[in-house]
Amino acid sequence: MHRPLEPEAGTSAMTELGKPVIEIEKLNLIFETPDTPVHALSDVDLTINTGDFVSFIGPSGCGKTTLMRVIADLETPTNGHISVNGMTPAEAREQRAYGYVFQAPALYPWRSVQKNIMLPLEIMGLPKAEQQERAARNLSLVNLEGFEKKFPWQLSGGMQQRVSIARALSVEPDLLLMDEPFGALDEITRDHLNEQLLRLWDQTGKTVIFVTHSIPESVFLSSKIVVMSPRPGKIIDVIDCNLPRDRTLDIRETPEFLEIAHRVREGLRAGHSYDD
Amino acid sequence: MSLWHRLYHGKTIPVLAVVLSLVVIWYAGAVYLNKDTLISNYERNNVTWYTGKLIDDAWSMERPILPAPHQIAVEINKTVFQKKITSKRSLVYHAWITTSATLLGFAMGGVLGILLAVGIVHVRTLDRSLMPWVIASQTIPILAIAPMIIVVLGNMGITGLLPKSIISMYLCFFPITIGMVKGLRSPDVLQLDLMRTYSASTSQIFWKLRVPASIPFLFASLKVAVAISLVGAIVGELPTGAVAGIGARLLSGSYYGQTIQIWSALIVASVLGMLLVYAAGVIEKLVMTRMGYRI
Repeated sequence: MHRPLEPEAGTSAMTELGKPVIEIEKLNLIFETPDTPVHALSDVDLTINTGDFVSFIGPSGCGKTTLMRVIADLETPTNGHISVNGMTPAEAREQRAYGYVFQAPALYPWRSVQKNIMLPLEIMGLPKAEQQERAARNLSLVNLEGFEKKFPWQLSGGMQQRVSIARALSVEPDLLLMDEPFGALDEITRDHLNEQLLRLWDQTGKTVIFVTHSIPESVFLSSKIVVMSPRPGKIIDVIDCNLPRDRTLDIRETPEFLEIAHRVREGLRAGHSYDD
Repeated sequence: MSLWHRLYHGKTIPVLAVVLSLVVIWYAGAVYLNKDTLISNYERNNVTWYTGKLIDDAWSMERPILPAPHQIAVEINKTVFQKKITSKRSLVYHAWITTSATLLGFAMGGVLGILLAVGIVHVRTLDRSLMPWVIASQTIPILAIAPMIIVVLGNMGITGLLPKSIISMYLCFFPITIGMVKGLRSPDVLQLDLMRTYSASTSQIFWKLRVPASIPFLFASLKVAVAISLVGAIVGELPTGAVAGIGARLLSGSYYGQTIQIWSALIVASVLGMLLVYAAGVIEKLVMTRMGYRI
């Protein structure tokens, strides 16, 4: 198995593979709305280990994005326990333990590609030279060398999303949180980016949490698939997915792949996801 | 592109057509409005008159109710191009006096407007306490409050440029505050969440997100504000009995029934306003292009 190329300082979690990086126990989140409270997450138990590629899959409203936002400290759970790298999510956020890739690229239109990637690094107060070096390195990681001076509107949707991935990576986090990053892209671009992402995961050995509602995407990418169902949002099944790390798109035709995909579909059906 | 093609598809012909019809209406209006004075004059002096003579005279009176366009053109040519710009009779001189008050008032209004907006966006109490006052300030007729400002400041020994600029500022900070508040609040949830994932401080969010995001809004309101601050400066010149400035020309023109002088001062003021708005537009374009915005 191919192991991390760039072990970084302060990422002790990375040195021991298989160690839990995220532990969630009996987590509930209830949104207070004017009419009725919405039970967005109900009794969620989940452990995510270092180096895992975990997909949250489920229909709209199953709480998969909410769960990820709780991990990122963008939402506060009502009760229950959650730790990220042994810290509370808020502490983890303050230590910039994760990079977050949103559904939309969320690039700042007044910043060039390079400046967009340097944004978190400016905020962290890194020296200018290091900012530029990291921007260049992560741009080449997503195959966008030579686009430094372009502005977001000059790039296609897929390229913009790759810039946003490079921006998340430039923080050099142990943990990469990706919220349906390829949801708005066409299937060909999505396939291509999936392959790139898989290679990236393989090269950097980061822990990735990936929200999607595509069964093939989740099976293709993940080492662990978390199947969720809505009303209230809960985990129905956690499926291990031990396809080889250096898989290519062709693997989607193999019986192993189809078998896992079938199990995911069964899980979704058990959660009454096909009811309406 | 051929000249004909450009004329056909461009804005030139529609604009010219509008100008032409306005000029025709104006000439007709000059005859209509001036005819009563002329006819009573003819009758008093037993002059025989006919329509052609009436029209000729209506377009060349010394103190017409409505001067004809060419009379104004002659007056503007005389006072703008034929006089030395340092002369008290030069409209360029008067326009400069007003422009300097306008620019100072605009600058002060800009600073005040932006500071208010920053306060309103960041301090919850200010949002609730300040905004009603900001709006109330604009409901007071400026013509009523301008003399008060002049009197109070004059009593404190402040005269000249500053009182006019303060009136100008009083008028022009409003659109800047409104535009800037909207601009500083324009970043969407995603852009703000992104900053949160970086644990950015409030001042980092302000300088790296809110300020750049507000620039398009700022320029939209600056273009409105610069035109308003010109109006403010002119209004500020009226109650001071100012001896110089566009407002002074309007005032002395109305004292002596010099309608031609009034109209030429008005035209110069509107050209000045257009130039100021145009200049703001040019600066906007430069800044926005530099910032990488798609224009």
